[in-house]
Amino acid sequence: MGVIFHIGRYTQFIRAVLRKPDKWAMFRKLLMSELNIIGVQSIGIVVLLATFMGAVMCLQTAHQISGWIPVYTIGFTVRQTMILEFSPTLIPIILAGKVGSNIASQLGTMRVTEQIDALEIMGVNSRGYLVLPKIIAGLVSIPILVIFSMFLGIAAGAGIAYITGVSSMTDFKYGIQVDFKTYDVIYALIKTSIFALIMTSVSAYHGYHTEGGALDVARSSTKAVVYSAVIIMVSNLILTQILL
Amino acid sequence: MIEIRGIHKSFGDQKVLNSITATFEKGKVNFVIGRSGSGKSVMTKCIVGLLEPDEGYVLFDGRNFTSMSLKDRKEIRKEIGMLFQGSALFDSMTVSENVRFPLMMFSQMTEEEMDIRVQHCLKRVELEGSPDKLPSELSGGMKKRVGIARAISMNPKYLFCDEPNSGLDPQTAIVIDKLIIDITKEYGMTTVVISHDMNSVIEASDTIHFLHDGEVAWAGENSEMMITDNDRLNDFVYASKLMKRMRPKK
Repeated sequence: MGVIFHIGRYTQFIRAVLRKPDKWAMFRKLLMSELNIIGVQSIGIVVLLATFMGAVMCLQTAHQISGWIPVYTIGFTVRQTMILEFSPTLIPIILAGKVGSNIASQLGTMRVTEQIDALEIMGVNSRGYLVLPKIIAGLVSIPILVIFSMFLGIAAGAGIAYITGVSSMTDFKYGIQVDFKTYDVIYALIKTSIFALIMTSVSAYHGYHTEGGALDVARSSTKAVVYSAVIIMVSNLILTQILL
Repeated sequence: MIEIRGIHKSFGDQKVLNSITATFEKGKVNFVIGRSGSGKSVMTKCIVGLLEPDEGYVLFDGRNFTSMSLKDRKEIRKEIGMLFQGSALFDSMTVSENVRFPLMMFSQMTEEEMDIRVQHCLKRVELEGSPDKLPSELSGGMKKRVGIARAISMNPKYLFCDEPNSGLDPQTAIVIDKLIIDITKEYGMTTVVISHDMNSVIEASDTIHFLHDGEVAWAGENSEMMITDNDRLNDFVYASKLMKRMRPKK
């Protein structure tokens, strides 16, 4: 019953979010601000995660290969892991923690301090005004961050391979080029876009429907992160089955 | 004029409003008073459309707000200003941006015209010196005044004030009361004030509706309130020692 209620309310919520903005100039202004918050301000954490993950992936693969397995497998594994799973799935999950909780707590605070009621009474479509710029900003900036993290992770793998000597640059370079399928990147970007939509809209849904006070804002924020992560993981399985 | 007719509202099994009928007159400060939990805030939310009544309807100058489409409601909402209990100023905006916001969203004014209007509204609430401050830098009374400036920026026909004096000292409360009276007369608005502050009720009200257990238990003019025989209203009005001392002798 609870699940059906939430699906129904989420559908209504998204319908209201997707209505034409009341004022395009305000929408553009908010979109720029959200691109900064969701995209630019997430660069640091993406750099950190992608760099260390690429490097660790390289060392773990090097540790496991021996004998008949060619050394270029290291570069190949780093590339495939970064493109197929780490960047498109783990980066959005990590961002669900940072960006999702930010969205939910911002909207939750606006709800409990009656700022959303103030918008509604003025005649503003509060869901469209507050949430649509966040969703569009997520759909634009998160795929860019994911592409960036793919490059960075592979570069970090190459760097650590060179420093530790587990692979020559020639082998690594051959590894990241061998059997490369453009579709893998397309698959990754389709997944990323869907995860960006889930992360921003689910977090906004929980924040917008906060009831009560400060404790409830914290609860909404936690729910936003947990539900986003769970839905992303389930969608990951379904999308992988459908797309690969 | 705002008329509400036979409004019912329940949350689950709990009946909050039970056939509320009231009329709030134009150019007057109409108070709705009652104990906490009597249904004042729910009634206001039903009037402005933040909650849908289960039965009954609301008329804004004869226009049935309850049965209107969302598009038509939006037009009426542009005629409504509201001062919230906690002011509900937008945290991320400065004082002048808060006042400017409704103009940016709904008016066809040029930037210059908006600047003039914002300055006028801030001057009207005596805050012309603080346009660049953020809400977090303001005192409670200043926040209320910015809330009033924002509420009147679109020249509303209807003004709603939810507990305008809550959390304010008596002197600041008098300033806010006076401001509400003055702008109501100046703009010829229909003003509805939700309050349980008896000092405010005596100072600022023209008409009073007393809510008890979700029903209008008494309605009348300010002058009639102090001499009524309604026991429930008398229990509410003369609850404090100060008010008991002021009670007219029969």
